[in-house]
Amino acid sequence: MIRVLLIVLMLLPTSLWAVQPDEILADPVLEERARDISKGLRCPVCQNESIDESHANIARDLRLLVRDRLVEGDSDTEVVDFVVARYGEFVLLKPTFGGSNWLLWAAGPFMLLIALLIGFFYLRSRDTQRAPHEEALSTEEAARLREILRE
Amino acid sequence: MITELGHFALILAFMVAIVQTVVPLIGAHKRWPAWMAVAEPAANAQFLLTAFSFGALMWAFVVSDFSLQLVTLNSHSAKPMIYKISGTWGNHEGSMLLWVLIVALFGAMAAWFGGNLPPTLRARVLAVQAAIGVAFFAFIIFTSNPFVRLVVPPFDGQDLNPLLQDPGLAFHPPFLYLGYVGLSMAFSFAVAALIEGRVDAAWGRWVRPWTLAAWVFLTIGIALGSWWAYYELGWGGFWFWDPVENASFMPWLLAIALLHSAIVVEKRESLKSWTILLAILAFGFSLIGTFIVRSGLLTSVHAFANDPERGVFILMIMGFFMGGALILFVLRSGAMEARGVFGVVSRESGLVANNLLLAVSCFVVFVGTMWPLVAEMFFDRQLSVGPPFFNMAFSPFMLVLGLLLPIGSALPWKRAKIVKAVKPLRYVFMLAVAIGGLAYAMQTGRSMLGPIGLFLAAWIVMGSVVDLVQRAGRGQDRWARMLRLPRADWGKMVAHAGVGITMLGVCGLMAWQQEDIRVAQFGEPYEVGGYTITLDQVNRSEGPNYLSTMGYITLAQDGREIAQLRPEKRIYPVAQMPTTEAAIDYDLLRDVYVVIGDEQANGGWAVRTYIKPLTNWIWIGSGLMALGGLLSLSDRRFRVAAGARKPVATPVPAE
Repeated sequence: MIRVLLIVLMLLPTSLWAVQPDEILADPVLEERARDISKGLRCPVCQNESIDESHANIARDLRLLVRDRLVEGDSDTEVVDFVVARYGEFVLLKPTFGGSNWLLWAAGPFMLLIALLIGFFYLRSRDTQRAPHEEALSTEEAARLREILRE
Repeated sequence: MITELGHFALILAFMVAIVQTVVPLIGAHKRWPAWMAVAEPAANAQFLLTAFSFGALMWAFVVSDFSLQLVTLNSHSAKPMIYKISGTWGNHEGSMLLWVLIVALFGAMAAWFGGNLPPTLRARVLAVQAAIGVAFFAFIIFTSNPFVRLVVPPFDGQDLNPLLQDPGLAFHPPFLYLGYVGLSMAFSFAVAALIEGRVDAAWGRWVRPWTLAAWVFLTIGIALGSWWAYYELGWGGFWFWDPVENASFMPWLLAIALLHSAIVVEKRESLKSWTILLAILAFGFSLIGTFIVRSGLLTSVHAFANDPERGVFILMIMGFFMGGALILFVLRSGAMEARGVFGVVSRESGLVANNLLLAVSCFVVFVGTMWPLVAEMFFDRQLSVGPPFFNMAFSPFMLVLGLLLPIGSALPWKRAKIVKAVKPLRYVFMLAVAIGGLAYAMQTGRSMLGPIGLFLAAWIVMGSVVDLVQRAGRGQDRWARMLRLPRADWGKMVAHAGVGITMLGVCGLMAWQQEDIRVAQFGEPYEVGGYTITLDQVNRSEGPNYLSTMGYITLAQDGREIAQLRPEKRIYPVAQMPTTEAAIDYDLLRDVYVVIGDEQANGGWAVRTYIKPLTNWIWIGSGLMALGGLLSLSDRRFRVAAGARKPVATPVPAE
């Protein structure tokens, strides 16, 4: 009995991966565009997967939707806007530059600038400063330091 | 009975850790040798008790003791033995026990190898390490006790998540934890030094092997996880910029920065307060990583304990250790004056540039990881930050880092003449440019990533070798001299070359991958990227705890058979989960990666094929990085510093 059940289980279609052969568009240029768009859209129910990678049903629906729009002649941005209008900007794996998101995009360059400034002034201070403590070591301390630093 | 003893041992270890935190700290403050001496036996006892407790839990998994709730939820009697064992840490409670076991292990190792440390520093290091242990013992005992019993034990368990039933995953978490938690040692040294109020060259030398060891483990752990994702998840991705991956990546980046800045502390007595800050932050990011995984705050494929109570507890632990350490840092860092004086063009400056780039790139990853949370909390926007962001915002840092690496490591200490230092590198640079140019000419109209990757790899690898050759000097017996160079020099060369090679693999894979998706009919060959693929048959069979559908595929090139591939999909009935087992023909130049899909209604099977160029170099490079770290770790002066020599009186006072 259990074995029969198991065999039934096995015969059930278990969609294991994303893009299925029957989804692929005949036109390779359109298909290429569809793949590129899919890679930038997040599957709404998955955890951090694009619809191109996800095997959830909704991801498949979205892939078909993207292809339908492309076949109907939408541009790439129109397709993306169409999906975003329905599912929110949550589906964009690459966040927009708009609104508060400039903070996200500017954070790296801004921090780099600060770090460069700090680094520059630090290096310059090291370059110009005399070593005030070099004499502060007694000969005994210096000997011990050498011993510790020796191979 | 054994599980009860394990539970009891866990509570005892908690008590011992409390004693180990309090007594040596007071002892060090009052200079009471007897009180300080408590630290060492306590560290040993804490480790042994925790190890016993962990062993008891493992025993429960091995014998399938379903009266333990944890075993019921995460195991099954039909599961292969290796996954029963690895199932011990394949869940929240068990993995936390492993976490704290490693904290105790590092504490005990500091006690074993710390004979060379001044007694007060050693007492304080062990006390701080034990304090970390106390926090996590409390976390386990009060929120995530693995020894909770069931009143009515079931006949069988609910099985482990099938994705976790894999040798890669059996070893991925222990290595990752050894790395994460190993950074606690650097943290303990930093906090102890802040309490002591001095940081000197000797401190830099003590802290470096611990950081190095932690970093080596972290590298292996991350590489294992990435390799596992590559062959298991079914489309050959190796890195997803998932919050949890980032959580392990950030401490890794900071650990590299720390390794390099500790060199400056050791050799030149500069960058002291920065190094201390890095040591604190590196462990801080480990804690953030733990928090991200355990709180379920950020959605991730890895999250396995979405319990707000636990999240809050870890947040408190994090707040306590980071807040405490940073306050201490603000109070004390003024006392740590830099001594070394060096020119703007010098090895020191190169290492500063390294630190700067790594720290800022880590910051970028941090901001990208946390941004969805920030945007939702403060701007009421639900958004995602995915791979496109990280590829754009993070990669430039690695590009610059790769460009500067050979130059920086060729510069001498103190003051350098840039022209003189880079002169030996000029042929290597031209050759690297030529290699990149050649790749660009041969590929038409593809992404620039491939040529850039080839150029960087050639530049870094050859630059590292030239550096080593230069170090051996000129003359007749230079090759013999090269072999006699300190192992740290060899380690540096190997690890740096590993960086270049990993970049080669990443860029090659991302730039030149080919993909084919189609319905394959039995016995009808088709071409993908110069390879002929034939689906011969598909068999269904039964594994120990799963059902398998296996494709028999012949891979041929130029009419000659190269390999038989057996892609498989499995269904785990108990867990009701399907998994894919991709079939991969490994080769140094490319992997052929085949996945079998569903049977089609009108005959034939869906088959996915990828040609993945240079992929294996990602892991070969990671292996080289780890090997380089191990070579450096085995350098004589660390073995000496680790206590093989008789204790030296006291270190040099900073002032």
